[in-house]
Amino acid sequence: MTSDPLVIADRTFRSRLIVGTGKYPSHAIMADAHLASGADMVTVAVRRVNLTDRTKESLLDYIDQQRIFILPNTAGCYTADEAIRAARLGREVGLSNWVKLEVIGDERTLYPDNVALLEATRVLVREGFVVLPYTNDDPIVCRKLEEEGAAAVMPLGAPIGSGLGIQNPHNIRLIREQARVPVIVDAGVGTASDATVAMELGADGVLMNTAIALADDPVAMATAMKLGVEAGRLAWRAGRIPRRPYASASSPTEGLVSAGGAKQ
Amino acid sequence: MKIRLNGEPAEVPDAVTIEQLLERLGIDPRRVAVEHNLTIIKRHRQAETIVGEGDEVEIVNFVGGG
Repeated sequence: MTSDPLVIADRTFRSRLIVGTGKYPSHAIMADAHLASGADMVTVAVRRVNLTDRTKESLLDYIDQQRIFILPNTAGCYTADEAIRAARLGREVGLSNWVKLEVIGDERTLYPDNVALLEATRVLVREGFVVLPYTNDDPIVCRKLEEEGAAAVMPLGAPIGSGLGIQNPHNIRLIREQARVPVIVDAGVGTASDATVAMELGADGVLMNTAIALADDPVAMATAMKLGVEAGRLAWRAGRIPRRPYASASSPTEGLVSAGGAKQ
Repeated sequence: MKIRLNGEPAEVPDAVTIEQLLERLGIDPRRVAVEHNLTIIKRHRQAETIVGEGDEVEIVNFVGGG
């Protein structure tokens, strides 16, 4: 798989698995899970510094920045302005102009507000950001995001943290067919086979957090996800057989020893 | 003087600079971003940026997220 890197904008990643940094039982387990996942890009959120408890260890102490690229998100932002502000702050902390752009439209589903997302993408691309927008599995919205200059499109497989798997495989396939930028399935993965399905549909990568962080054994699940993504990618490249309604024997029909002797 | 620091009222010395404020709070400036009245103050400007009465200062960092 080393000859099959993921290229987004001007950066090359060895792994097609992108993982989060939230919800882990501890920073140490997170670091082990990151290592097991093989991911070389992780997402982080931008939040107010805790001024009352300065003893809390810093997340950054547990991310090997020589090996792992940090992608700040705009999670929790409900308007284009909030997301733009969070993106600018994230750039200032991380000194990179990459952003996983989220503009959330609804608290219960955490589905994106695509109108605001398009607006924020337009503004941030103009400011020189490399924008990776989290979006619905809607081919039209993905096309418009690409037209606004998004460096990748990141359609959801299912709601964030739901673990429901890829709910609309057909749309992911359509998005992949038309997109000229990488397609990263972001959110909804529950287990390794979900990641494999995403990759078999032609996704260029998968982004996940909860499925690993809240697994009973996050490190083992991170390994499973790494293998799931690799398996799906290989299967996609190998080219699956067409589906057919009836059987097609794998063993030859000629030369079969039958009760009636040799038949021609 | 009184300012709003990360959304909460805070008492700080008059004419404190952003750099001094971070130092007082024990915050490594390389790991945070600072907004002063909605304007981001880049690291090289933090020593010369003076906070005034009633100003709003936001100090953010990276936390776990997806």
